[in-house]
Amino acid sequence: MKIFKLIFKNALRHKLRTFLTITGLAIAVLAFGVLRTVIDMWNEAVNAAPIDRLIVRQYVSYIFPLPYAHLSKIQKVPGVECVSYANWFQGVYKDKRNFFTRMAVDAETYFSVYDEFLISPDELAAFKQERNSCVVGSAIAEQYGFKIGDIIALEGDIYPGHWEFVIRGIYKGRDKATDVSQMVFHWTNVDERMRQEMPGRAGDVGWYIAKIKDESHAAPISEQIDAIFTNSGDATKTETERAFTQNFISGLNSLLTAMNFVSFVIIGIIMLVLGNTMIMSARERTREYAVFKTLGFSASHIVIIILGESLLIALLGAGLGVLLTYPVVSIIAALVPKGTFPYFFITPTTLILAAGAALLIGLAASIFPIQRALRTRIVDGLRFAG
Amino acid sequence: MSNSIIQVQNVSKSYWRDSLEVPVLNDISIDVHEGEFLGLMGPSGSGKTTLLNLIAGIDRPSRGNVIVGGIDITKLNESNLAKWRSRHIGFVFQFYNLLPVLTAFENVELPLLLTSLSKAERKKHVELSLDVVGLGDRIHHYPKQLSGGQEQRVAIARAIVTDPTLLVADEPTGDLDKRSAEEIMILLERLNTEFKKTIVMVTHDPRAAEKAKVVHHLDKGELS
Repeated sequence: MKIFKLIFKNALRHKLRTFLTITGLAIAVLAFGVLRTVIDMWNEAVNAAPIDRLIVRQYVSYIFPLPYAHLSKIQKVPGVECVSYANWFQGVYKDKRNFFTRMAVDAETYFSVYDEFLISPDELAAFKQERNSCVVGSAIAEQYGFKIGDIIALEGDIYPGHWEFVIRGIYKGRDKATDVSQMVFHWTNVDERMRQEMPGRAGDVGWYIAKIKDESHAAPISEQIDAIFTNSGDATKTETERAFTQNFISGLNSLLTAMNFVSFVIIGIIMLVLGNTMIMSARERTREYAVFKTLGFSASHIVIIILGESLLIALLGAGLGVLLTYPVVSIIAALVPKGTFPYFFITPTTLILAAGAALLIGLAASIFPIQRALRTRIVDGLRFAG
Repeated sequence: MSNSIIQVQNVSKSYWRDSLEVPVLNDISIDVHEGEFLGLMGPSGSGKTTLLNLIAGIDRPSRGNVIVGGIDITKLNESNLAKWRSRHIGFVFQFYNLLPVLTAFENVELPLLLTSLSKAERKKHVELSLDVVGLGDRIHHYPKQLSGGQEQRVAIARAIVTDPTLLVADEPTGDLDKRSAEEIMILLERLNTEFKKTIVMVTHDPRAAEKAKVVHHLDKGELS
């Protein structure tokens, strides 16, 4: 019989209370894990955006288009390696709930600029050749069962009318952070129809994407590009893709801050739950601790017994919570529309935070009971009626 | 004073209730010889349990010295006093104070966890102690599966398992029926006569006190 066996037996002394405490901890850790995962994914989306790609958009807002004529001028800026462009198309695929990114892009350059989108040369060639074709990311291909040769019909909203695109390629991501939830098709196809049906919107480009040779020159190149159009009617604002993504989600900052705050409030709640359990347990065992001391057990033994029980419950709760977080995050990942997050998984940081918080909570929850047990004189402890 | 194992020298003890000093023991001196079975009797509040606690090193006197086995335990710090208790004192409580989550075997084994004995050696000691108290067949029983008398016998086995210098018992029959109390007193008497254990026992019970070789009476903190 060792001290650890005693710790284990003590933890299971009031099975229902221990079970409820562990369940409470597990639910709190689960909530913490899910919130942290959402926050992480937002942050990862920003960090995953490269800084060797510049986004050139209309100076006032990205909802206003830029003229196609800017293309050649941007291409001539020293340090720019390749320029592509895109328009946000949106539209509806069968139902409004079927959300995924749909964009009209320059078929010739888009996959050169976005080299993390991996597509076979044959599929890329087929895409470039056929004006009403499209390429879809592997995530939405899997979700909707798209295959090469299938036709995707969209009902346009920003670009009114019925649109059909033949799938000629399915791209994969170079790594986990790559967004594989896009559907892209020819800008020229959309532009040609605009020329016929809404001539005023012909030649509009949503934004340009300029891949630069040296990311350390991002700032001066951005300034040079903007300087070209400063006095024109279509002034631009150029920034790295990372800064662009950051600005794009800046409207969610207060929500993220609130989620961050709540996630740490949850840690506080867990601490109170376990602290309450440990205080009750330690109070009930006041006489037992006095007996331990009478038998010659030292203060360090008492600390090990109380701290060990607190840590055991905290770690069991955290372990169960983390185990539950995996399926819950998978369910959320399946439910949120593709493209909301480029990817959705539990990061090692979240696991480390959850485990660290559990250790910290186990430690903190035992402080008061330990202090009480050590301060109580043996003679007072033996008289304790509990 | 040839073979005194316990020397209580001019010991006084007071407690403080707020700003009021409450004297419990007043200038007590006792010698207990090795192998003696000393009974401490007296009415409630006479200070007998306090004196027992001072001898067992679980409380400290306000004045005076307590020397056990040649060591002045009033001079030991908390850590050394705890070590000293684990080696020299076996304690029997009125309410047994067994850990409910541990079996009889595990309860008796507790004090041995502080020694360097191997698992096999601990097992041997525990089984021997439980045999001595007549519970060799109850080693895997939990306290709630035992009668009061059996629980107290497990507590006695726990007290003797380290072969301590001194056995102290605080009202060991106080929570038992007449028959169980008789059995416990026979056991303590046997430990004294057969195993030569020095025993200091506090009791209210005159029948229990009859088993002691020497009886001191305390009244209002003084020996009478």
